[in-house]
Amino acid sequence: MKWSEFFVTGEPLIYAADVSIVLTVIGIVFILTYFKKWKWLWDEWLTTVDHKKIGVMYIISAVLMLFRGGVDALLMRAQLTAPNMKFLDSQHYNEIFTTHGTIMILFMAMPFIIGLMNIVVPLQIGARDVAYPYLNALSFWLFFVGAMLFNIAFVIGGSPDAGWTAYFPLAGNEFSPGVGNNYYAVALQISGIGTLMTGINFLVTILKMRALGMTLMRMPMFTWTILITCVLIIFAFPVLTVALALMTFDRLFDTQFFTMANGGMSMLWANLFWIWGHPEVYIVILPSFGIFSEVVSTFARKRLFGYKAMVGSIVGIAFLSFIVWVHHFFTMGAGAAVNSFFSITTMAIAIPTGVKIFNWLFTLRKGRIRFTTAMLWSLAFIPNFVIGGVTGVMLAMAAADYQYHNSYFLIAHFHYVLIAGTVFACFAGLHYWYPKMFGHMLNERLGKWTFWLFMIGFNVCFFPMYFLGLMGMTRRMYTYSAGLGWTPLNVVATIGAALMGIGFLVLCYNIYYSARYGERDMTGDPWDGRTLEWATSSPVAHYNFAVIPEVKDLDAYWEMKKSGKGFEMDEEKLKPIHMPSNSGRPFLISIAFFFAGFGLVFKWFTLAIIAAVFIILGLILRSFDDDDGYYISVDEIKRTERLTRKEA
Amino acid sequence: MAEAAHHYDETMPLEYRTEESRLNILGFWIFLGAEVALFATLFATYLVLFQRTGHGPTTADLFEIKDVMIETLLLLTSSFTCGLAVFEMRRRRLTGLLVWLLVTLLLGAGFITFEVREFIHYVHEGATMQTSAFLSSFFVLVGTHGAHVSLGIGWMTLIIIQLLQRGFTPRTARKVFIVSLYWHFLDVVWIFIFTLVYLTGMVM
Amino acid sequence: MGTNYHHETFPWKHIVGFILSLVLTFAALWIAFSSGLATKAILTGIVVLAVLQAVLQLFMFMHVTESDSGKIQTINMAYSFFIAIVVVAGSIWTMAFVL
Ligand code: HEM
Ligand SMILES: [Cu+2]
Repeated sequence: MKWSEFFVTGEPLIYAADVSIVLTVIGIVFILTYFKKWKWLWDEWLTTVDHKKIGVMYIISAVLMLFRGGVDALLMRAQLTAPNMKFLDSQHYNEIFTTHGTIMILFMAMPFIIGLMNIVVPLQIGARDVAYPYLNALSFWLFFVGAMLFNIAFVIGGSPDAGWTAYFPLAGNEFSPGVGNNYYAVALQISGIGTLMTGINFLVTILKMRALGMTLMRMPMFTWTILITCVLIIFAFPVLTVALALMTFDRLFDTQFFTMANGGMSMLWANLFWIWGHPEVYIVILPSFGIFSEVVSTFARKRLFGYKAMVGSIVGIAFLSFIVWVHHFFTMGAGAAVNSFFSITTMAIAIPTGVKIFNWLFTLRKGRIRFTTAMLWSLAFIPNFVIGGVTGVMLAMAAADYQYHNSYFLIAHFHYVLIAGTVFACFAGLHYWYPKMFGHMLNERLGKWTFWLFMIGFNVCFFPMYFLGLMGMTRRMYTYSAGLGWTPLNVVATIGAALMGIGFLVLCYNIYYSARYGERDMTGDPWDGRTLEWATSSPVAHYNFAVIPEVKDLDAYWEMKKSGKGFEMDEEKLKPIHMPSNSGRPFLISIAFFFAGFGLVFKWFTLAIIAAVFIILGLILRSFDDDDGYYISVDEIKRTERLTRKEA
Repeated sequence: MAEAAHHYDETMPLEYRTEESRLNILGFWIFLGAEVALFATLFATYLVLFQRTGHGPTTADLFEIKDVMIETLLLLTSSFTCGLAVFEMRRRRLTGLLVWLLVTLLLGAGFITFEVREFIHYVHEGATMQTSAFLSSFFVLVGTHGAHVSLGIGWMTLIIIQLLQRGFTPRTARKVFIVSLYWHFLDVVWIFIFTLVYLTGMVM
Repeated sequence: MGTNYHHETFPWKHIVGFILSLVLTFAALWIAFSSGLATKAILTGIVVLAVLQAVLQLFMFMHVTESDSGKIQTINMAYSFFIAIVVVAGSIWTMAFVL
């Protein structure tokens, strides 16, 4: 292979990206060396098995990916602002919508949610860590190297360009001969393995490590949604694993799964992809429902209305979301029986979703509402998400979907559920739990600026798309002619996108500003919270709880406060706390995964095999590893607690 | 963690004695649930594609019942001997455990040998992964199972070494138990391959 | 404590399980090649036998109900069978229209 093929060449935008990547890397290396932070980086972050730090790393990665995906989005909007624009050519446009979609779902929404769950779930259930801390680190690093592998595609070898759904035959060798789609197959595979392990880890954590007295029906709603999300992950991600593996075989070893000849069936890819894909959209929305539930009940100062109905509806979703996938390809031509069945199941899934909307509304009713930033995101979620859900039900009617399918109407639908659902929730959760992560609050004034800019921008950007869809504009077209009359609405949409971009920048500034001037959270309970995470100090001590709390009610901490006791700690009751040791192996194994993946992408099998040997070696070393962790002494706990314990 | 402490009792098998072990065993069960989904997807792919043979051979052209039965009996027996290994472990007989593990290992290796021979035979007849959708899905489904068995052999070897080094500890006992779950599970998968791939392929 | 670890001196359960699994395997073989049934009946028969054998392994060899997580383990396996049926039957049904 020639160097000119290895590096992507010929585009000013790409050269600019090359330069900025090199500068960023040099900058990071310089800063770490200058401030002598390498050891700190290794000891505190790269080798950590602490769920809170892992959560923070997930969220940082997610915000970076939100930036990358957001730049992709702005480039697309720029190209579509006016008819016959020459800003991007068709190939470049294809690459950008592919990386945008893939990154936003898999490398932004997923890690953001997983980051929040890492930080919050063990605290909410009164545990000191997750069930498998070592595995948790491995999960993170696998996700991270998968994301990095995917992200370098556009400068090394070329981006995937067949859409985030990567439909065959387009994604096959015949029509996509470059390495781009190899990146898709391999990078998603690596991070997918990490996600699967996270699912198992948190399922066991929630089922087995709850504090005494916390029965299933006393679990905070966020924890409940994560429990069901884990079930979805555990049973949906293996399907993706197989689908991607088959894709890899087709692309690297010329098998005939999805080809056009020798019996291959390209439509089978769509089938497998969506068996994973639909549960996947619920994987990112259920935790969001959980976040909104926590925020709404905290800031309405009321117990969540209809807790049992809520639990019932998310359990229902665990079943239903596995039997609706065909609604993504009604137009493929399966018979009336198939389409009708999946049409009905799809409409049925709107019922448990609707139940929840009413639960939140009734929680708000007669509540004494505090309009914090987190609450604003949650309140805005309700009407915006309903718009997305209602149009979803329109799409669910198979016959009508022949009109809507793959038009901008669909684009508007899924952005209304994904942005107003997942992204709003991530922002709400970030503001809400920020003091638990860093010990200080995010600035509320700036937070509200972000909220209004982003929320208004979102509606200005995506509402017109429903109408563009009805006017016939199809998704993934890179330009259009002036006579079609789509120009005004496209201009409006681009303005909205710019507003969202500004909102995001304000958020970034807020993170910086609050780190310098933000209000410290001295109490550990800045929002007058209801669940156990607020019974810890901010930031949370390494071991979370000096003594494990005993739970007597749903909203355990609220109950403690109301009964006048608070969460007291009897120093006499302290015992040494067992903690897992740090390990660099998850990080190193993941690096090996990166090289194995890179080797596969370029069909450099020697490199892939050498890296695989390192992976296996890492696993063998782990098997022989006898490290049993260590104990934190009672004295040290006392010292930490006296330092951080709030003055009551 | 809280529920754990008061569950300890002497009659409890060694592999369940520590909290960590109990969590790991449960986690492995959950992982097996994910494996069910994984193999289900491979079966779905195979069953959708197996009659799409293009210009290549069909199932009836290829499969021979004798080879399949040998493989099946080897794996069935190894599942049984693996069960005996755990049985011996619960009676705290290290030698018995080691012997049965070794027998299991050998039976597994025998299975793999026959499978590899079968694959090579097909390839010589011109039936490769690239020939048709049927063969792609056949090789990937059966090959994934074979890769699992091979991995199991390597894993069991590591555990045998640890047993020789350390004898019975809560940790080695847990590892034996988990690898036995894995092994039985692979037997279950094979039953379905036997039924849905080979028998079905020969009667249809 | 809801656990039921078994303590025997002779592995009866394993031996019975093994014999049963052999019987089921040869029964499937017989149905497939010597029963003379219609193809559909054969397929139904052998699939039923395979499922029986899977259940047998789960209970006789893997002790799925054992330990204080027995309930979770059993629900997990049951749910995974549900998923397997959905994926396999659903895919076959959905893709049946492709010639
Ligand atoms: C009220 C419940 C919902 C219903 C009835 C529904 C229905 C549908 C239907 C029928 C389609 C396919 C339309 C077509 O391709 O023509 C679709 C696409 C989509 N939906 Fe939904 N949906 C719902 C909720 C959600 C949620 C909660 C999310 C994610 C958070 C979501 C994300 C998506 C995505 C990403 C796509 C399109 C993917 C693509 O083709 O690239 N939906 N929805
Ligand atoms: Cu869907």
